[in-house]
Amino acid sequence: MVDAASPPIVKVRIATTSLAGCFGCHMSLLDIDEHLFDLVGVAEFDRSPLTDIKHCGPCDIALIEGGVCNAENVHVLRELRSHAKILVAVGACAINGGLPAMRNRLDVGDILAQVYRNPHSGATEIPNDPELPLPLDKVYPINEIVRVDYFLPGCPPSGEAIWKYLTDLILGRMPRLEPEDLHFD
Amino acid sequence: MEATFTLDGQEVPFRPGQTILEAAKAAGVYIPHLCHNPEFKPHGSCKLCTIVVNGRNGSACTMQASAGQDVDSETPELQTMRRTILQMLFVEGNHFCPGCEKSGNCQLQALAYDFEMTTPHFAETFPDLGVDASHPDAWIDFNRCIQCELCVRASRDFDHKDVFALGGRGLGVKLIVNSPTGKLGDSAFAVTDKAAHVCPVGAILIKRVGFAQPIGMRQYDLAPISAEADVCEIPEAPHG
Repeated sequence: MVDAASPPIVKVRIATTSLAGCFGCHMSLLDIDEHLFDLVGVAEFDRSPLTDIKHCGPCDIALIEGGVCNAENVHVLRELRSHAKILVAVGACAINGGLPAMRNRLDVGDILAQVYRNPHSGATEIPNDPELPLPLDKVYPINEIVRVDYFLPGCPPSGEAIWKYLTDLILGRMPRLEPEDLHFD
Repeated sequence: MEATFTLDGQEVPFRPGQTILEAAKAAGVYIPHLCHNPEFKPHGSCKLCTIVVNGRNGSACTMQASAGQDVDSETPELQTMRRTILQMLFVEGNHFCPGCEKSGNCQLQALAYDFEMTTPHFAETFPDLGVDASHPDAWIDFNRCIQCELCVRASRDFDHKDVFALGGRGLGVKLIVNSPTGKLGDSAFAVTDKAAHVCPVGAILIKRVGFAQPIGMRQYDLAPISAEADVCEIPEAPHG
């Protein structure tokens, strides 16, 4: 119970985004189940797929899922970095590029030419709408683009691992996983 | 009286001819190692088992124990250096654990768990060294090879086939296959060879058994590598 005399709770502001990821890490975040109630008691979400807020304001924690595969990813990542006190790379893709980085041995031009070749006419029709972000030459881990404070491995990290990390961060502790929660797969 | 040396302040007995790593293991003290496998001659290349003996660095797997040595192993400096070596090994190859059949049975990954290596830290090199799937029963992803030469040693000293070697120099060093085409399928390699079963990472893999054991139920999912024996026993050859 909150004492009437105690000051109002200042909620921790959390932003999240999925760059070149599969949203599996966000699914895992939702997989903390009833802890979601504990979480919304002490935290509120800024820019996140969960809120659909398009641009973030100052926030305490940014959770980044996925590596950096196109120009938009770079802008989003830099925006979150500039607004967040603590930025966490969540999951294998954010940490080392992950499965999307398996394209890194191929030339991005060759990939586009192959993917957008019209099987009937044989012509290459690569979409060129200015709305579409340009792909980068490679998929990069986020720590090659911005400074990252903490890394939470896993594909995805389990709900328990995410909850442990978040509670550590919210309580001001150095986040650390139990050995049984540290997995790269 | 039995001869002893001191390891992190603890007296460790040894038999003449034993290496520091062997004596420590016999005494129940784990020194992290990757290129070493007790069934083969020590190699001393991965440098993960680096220790400080009487103030000088050495490899525990190659250095002979001798009476009165003062050995440091689990110091913050050495543990940090070991984690850095692991990080460099990770960025030198394509070590995408979620997409690797070896995940959970991989010694490189298991050591990274033990050292709480949450990030490879350095810039990824994303090598493009190719895959050799020419053999009917095994395949090689050269991008995962850590050049420990365990397969080289197993094929040379145990199978007596000399299927593998390291070729090239410096950054260009690469695992090569002894066959007219350079392909594994044209070599003397067989899935029953010792060399097929000693790879500590996911470079040499047996076909058709990759996910027989589910992720999460594998060797290092169940117990840390510091508590486990080395992977070296030959499982039954696949049938059919």
